[in-house]
Amino acid sequence: MSRQAIAYIALLALGLLAPFFIYPVLVMKVLCFALFACAFNLLLGYTGLLSFGHAAFFGTGAYVAGFAIKGWGFPPELGILVGTAASALLGWAFGSLAIRRTGIYFAMVTLALAQMVYFVFLQAPFTGGEDGLQGVPRGTLLGLISLSKDINLYYFVLAVFVFGFCLIHRTIHSPFGQILKAIRENEPRAISLGYDVAKYKLLAFVLSAGLAGLAGATKTLVFKFATLTDAHWHSSGEVVLMTILGGMGTVFGPVVGSTVIVSLQNELADKVGSLVTVILGSIFVICVLLFRRGIVGEISALYKRMIGA
Amino acid sequence: MTALFDIPIQALMGQLMLGLVNGSFYATLSLGLAVIFGMLNIINFAHGALYMMGAFLAWMGLEYLGIGYWPSLILVPLAVGLFGVLIERSMLRWLYKLDHLYGLLLTFGLALVIEGLFINGYGVSGQPYQIPAELTGGFNLGFMFLPYYRGWVIFASLLVCFGTWYGIEKTRLGAYLRAATENPKLTQAFGINVPLMVMLTYGFGAALAGFAGVLAAPAIQVSPLMGSHLIIIVFAVVVIGGMGSILGSILTGLGLGVVEGLTNLLYPAASATVVFVIMAIVLMVRPAGLFGKEK
Repeated sequence: MSRQAIAYIALLALGLLAPFFIYPVLVMKVLCFALFACAFNLLLGYTGLLSFGHAAFFGTGAYVAGFAIKGWGFPPELGILVGTAASALLGWAFGSLAIRRTGIYFAMVTLALAQMVYFVFLQAPFTGGEDGLQGVPRGTLLGLISLSKDINLYYFVLAVFVFGFCLIHRTIHSPFGQILKAIRENEPRAISLGYDVAKYKLLAFVLSAGLAGLAGATKTLVFKFATLTDAHWHSSGEVVLMTILGGMGTVFGPVVGSTVIVSLQNELADKVGSLVTVILGSIFVICVLLFRRGIVGEISALYKRMIGA
Repeated sequence: MTALFDIPIQALMGQLMLGLVNGSFYATLSLGLAVIFGMLNIINFAHGALYMMGAFLAWMGLEYLGIGYWPSLILVPLAVGLFGVLIERSMLRWLYKLDHLYGLLLTFGLALVIEGLFINGYGVSGQPYQIPAELTGGFNLGFMFLPYYRGWVIFASLLVCFGTWYGIEKTRLGAYLRAATENPKLTQAFGINVPLMVMLTYGFGAALAGFAGVLAAPAIQVSPLMGSHLIIIVFAVVVIGGMGSILGSILTGLGLGVVEGLTNLLYPAASATVVFVIMAIVLMVRPAGLFGKEK
C-alpha cells in the first residue's frame, strides 16, 4: 500500500474517532472550514486565481440552506442541496465577471462583488439583518435519522466533508485538473495549445463556489444559524489564511490550516478577546514573509531533502 | 424651479455635495493606490487602515497632546508616511521579486493587525472630533446651504490630488518616477536611486491616506472600522477607472461619489451597492476599466 493511502486511512480513522475525545461541535466546525478551505484551494492552489470574496459563497450557502429549512420546511439534505446550488449559480455569475480580469484585479473584483452580497444579506427581508437567520432546525436526515443529536450530525458532517474532499481530490488528479495546473503555470502556453482557458477557469470557479456553499450550508446545520459574519470580508481573508498557512496547492494543506486557525480562535477567544484579529494578521504577515509554502509544503520539502541526502 | 423630478432642489444639492465629499475621499485614496501600484506593483490593502490611522492620530493628538486640527493636517500625514516607510523597509521590499499577490496578502495581514490594535484600544464605537472653529457654520448660496467644512474637504482633496498629478507629470522628480515605473533597471543604470524612490513612493502613498484620514475625522466619527469598508469601495473605484491614469482615478473617484449620493436620494436601499453594480457593468462592457489600458 502506498504511503499516501496509509495517510488517508489514518486520517479517516482519526475523523471517525475524534468526537469521542473532542467536543463534537468544535470538530464539526473544523470540518466545515476545512471543506471551505479545500474548495478555495482548488482555485488558488491549483488554478492560480486568488479570490478575495469566497465568503460570499460560504454565506450564500449558509443563508439559502437556512431559509429553505426554516422558511420552507425543507428536510436538511434538500436544504443543503439548495444552498449549494445557489452558491454555484452565484459562482457562475461572479466567475463570468471576475475572469475578465487577472491577477490583482481578479482579487479586487471578487472582493467588491462579495461586499455587494454582504449588503444584500444585511438589507434583504429574509435574512434577519444584523441578527442573522436564527433558530434553523436540524431536522431528520432522509426522514430516518434525527440530526438533533450531536453525534448523529457529526457523522453526517464527516460524510459531507469526505464527499467534498474526494470530489476535489478527483478533480485535481483528472485531466481537467492537469489543464487547470497548466493554466496556473503558464496561461499563454495553455491558450496556444488550444485550450479555452476562460471556460476552464469558470468551471473551476463554479466548482469552488459550489463546494464553499456546501461548507456554509453544513455550517448552518451545525450551529442552527446563519449570520453576517459568514459573508463578511473577514471570512474571505480567514479562508485565504487557512490555505496559505496549511500550504496552498497541497492536498492536505487547507485541512491542516483550518484546523490550526479554528482551534486557535476557539482557544484564544475568551483569553485575548479582540486581539484575535491582531494575532491572525500577524500569522498572515509571518506566513507571507517567512514560509510561503505553508506547514504541509515545508514538511514535504524537508522530507524530500532528507530522502535526497 | 424648486423641484426636479419631484425631488426638492435643496435635497438634490445636499446629496450632490455629500457625494462630492465622499468622492474626494475615493479620489485621494484611489490616487494613493494607483501611485503605489505603479511603482511597487503592489495593491496596498493596508490603505484603509492607514486612512483610519490618520483620523485616529489626529484625534489622539487633540485628546492627549492638545495638537489642533491645522497642525495635525501637516504632522499626521508625515507620521503615517514615516510608518509607511518603515513597512516598506522592513517587509514589503522582500516581496518585490515574487508574485504580486503576496504584496496584497501581506498588506491584508497588516491591515488586520492595525485595525485589531485600534479596536482593542478604543472599541468599535466612534470618537467625535470637533470641526475646527474656523470652519464651523456655513454659507447660504440661496438655493442651498453649504457647510464650510464640506466645501473645505472637497477643496483640500482636489488641491492635493492635482498637486500629485502636477508633481508626477510635470516635475523632474516625477519624470524619474515615471521612468522607474516604466523600466526600473534602465532607470537605475542611469544613476537614479530606484530603491530609494520606491521607498518614498510608498511613504507618500501612505501619507496621502493619512491626510484623507485627518480630513475625514471631523466629517465622520473616528472609528477603527472606518477604513475597511471604504477600502473595498475604493478597490471597486480602481477597477472601474483602471490604474493607468492619475486624472482618471481622480475623475472616477469624484464621479462615483456623486452617483452614490444621487442613488441615496432616488433609491436609498441601493446606495451601498451601486458602486459594485457599476463595477460589474464596466467589467462587462469595458473590462480594462474606463481609463485603463489592457496590459
